[in-house]
Amino acid sequence: MKDTVISVHNLVKKFGSFVANDSLNFEVYSGEIFGFLGANGAGKTTAIRILSGLSKPTSGEVNVAGYDAYRQPEQIKMNIGYMCQKFSLYEDLTVKENIILYGGIYGMSKSLIKERLAELLAKLRFQEYENRMISDLPLGLRQKLAFSVAVLHDPKIVFLDEPTGGVDPITRRQFWEMIYETAERGITVFVTTHYMDEAEYCDRISIMNEGKIVALDTPGNLKKQYNAESVEEVFIKIARPVKN
Amino acid sequence: MKRFLGFVKKEFLHIFRDYRTLFILFGIPTAEILIFGFAISMDIKDAGIAVLDLSKDEVTQKLTNKIISSGFFKKTEDLLYYNDIDKAFKKGKTKAVIIFEKDFGKNLFSEGKSSLSIIADGSEPNTATLITNYTTAIVNDFTRELSGPALNKSVLIKPEVRMFYNPNLKSYFMFVPGVITMILILICALMTSVTITREKEFGTMEVLLVSPLKPVQIILGKVMPYFILSFVNVLVILGLSWLVFGLPVKGSIVLLLAESMLYILMSLTLGILISTVSKNMQQAIFISLIGLMLPTILLSGFIFPIENMPKVYDYVSMIMPPRYFITIIKNIMIKGTGLMYIWKETLVLIAMTLFFTGLSVRKFKIRLE
Repeated sequence: MKDTVISVHNLVKKFGSFVANDSLNFEVYSGEIFGFLGANGAGKTTAIRILSGLSKPTSGEVNVAGYDAYRQPEQIKMNIGYMCQKFSLYEDLTVKENIILYGGIYGMSKSLIKERLAELLAKLRFQEYENRMISDLPLGLRQKLAFSVAVLHDPKIVFLDEPTGGVDPITRRQFWEMIYETAERGITVFVTTHYMDEAEYCDRISIMNEGKIVALDTPGNLKKQYNAESVEEVFIKIARPVKN
Repeated sequence: MKRFLGFVKKEFLHIFRDYRTLFILFGIPTAEILIFGFAISMDIKDAGIAVLDLSKDEVTQKLTNKIISSGFFKKTEDLLYYNDIDKAFKKGKTKAVIIFEKDFGKNLFSEGKSSLSIIADGSEPNTATLITNYTTAIVNDFTRELSGPALNKSVLIKPEVRMFYNPNLKSYFMFVPGVITMILILICALMTSVTITREKEFGTMEVLLVSPLKPVQIILGKVMPYFILSFVNVLVILGLSWLVFGLPVKGSIVLLLAESMLYILMSLTLGILISTVSKNMQQAIFISLIGLMLPTILLSGFIFPIENMPKVYDYVSMIMPPRYFITIIKNIMIKGTGLMYIWKETLVLIAMTLFFTGLSVRKFKIRLE
């Protein structure tokens, strides 16, 4: 039996009369890579904001990392990591200072931060960058570093909101290797993306359209079900059904 | 608490790494104090004056010497004809021309009166008014000396004017409080609104909001360094105006610093409010500069007395926080009054602080919804 780390029942989020999330139902299991797909404006960002405690649901049950989204947002925050579309490190601080800052915010001890910092620099092979300003680093490196910072405190779940936007294919590939490693460490990865080839790397994917989840399964099953060659084809068949 | 301190430290790093921020924080106040104090002086010193003496007798000589030796004026040239007056003004150095009528001295002794004209360059109204006032005063003084007590049969009421609180009518008595008022609101509101919108723009705000830091801690952490630095700024400005201009603080310095803290706090909450309504840094800068600087200079009573404005402006200036602080700071620094006389203004500032805080919290919550 798999452990459930996120469970959502009948989640509804309304902005005035506009329904951004229309009774969502899904579960995410511990250690899996869960792809959250959908066209722009389908309601992905709204859902991810609710799951990460940035926004309150209008109705429905939301449980993240074993805590209730209404009553225990603080506990949720301690147990998740987050990396958004926009770049999330401070450009005028050095690599080391950024890591000390985020480690401190998550209440990590000084010795633990030091240990993690050394580990991280060794793994990414950028010891020589330790005291460099973020603004001096190339975009690919920054992105990888931002991801490492998001999982620095060993969260149960890490939310990645279009983490590979504007990154070259090679860095994207390396980035996904980091995602796999993270999932192997037992951290659940919840990722939204525009790139359909990336969706193929996920354990399971859900596809949203106009505020609803219209498909949820492994990439293989979905391809079979929709008689498609790739997830991209599945996506096009679902998100843009042929009219007339 | 440890989390919070790490966050505050990061904000200090931002400030000290960015030489532009540092310059705005400390360079501009220093420059402004010196510029306002020295350059925009309302006192006359060595104003150019030309003399058209059609009489050339002992009395006109004496009077001219008295005027020139007063220290306020410097003789630029002697004119011979009326036609020269225009030319003298156009050369630019002459700000006023004194004309003695023909037979000035003779008329004075035979008829008991004679006339003298002062023509001032009206293209600079402030200087012109000052010059005519000063010369008139000197001429009056001269008449009194000349007539002496014996000649003075008619009862003469001689007003003796003294300026309380600022005996020499030094302009910087007026400018230093004004500059402190303007600098503080500008820096606090501008800096906080920019630093908060910067986090929004760069996406780091989202990451912070997802973190275990509470929104209150984030805002406090961002604002705290500016509170401390602005307070240091007050000390620098006061120290500078004491060293350079010898401007004393007549009242309680503790009260002055406490009121300054209140005013800084008010400005910071205003900055937070601006950051919640502006989408990006440009907007924040625009609102802070245009929305705060001009009204502060024009409507706070900094340069133009509010009493002389049309009633409408008076009402408009009532919502300008600088108006209250400028009253407070002038009272404490120059008149040496205590809290007794400025409690109303203090209350207004407290109310404004609470109002801005309440409004920002509401706006912030709506954004999070």
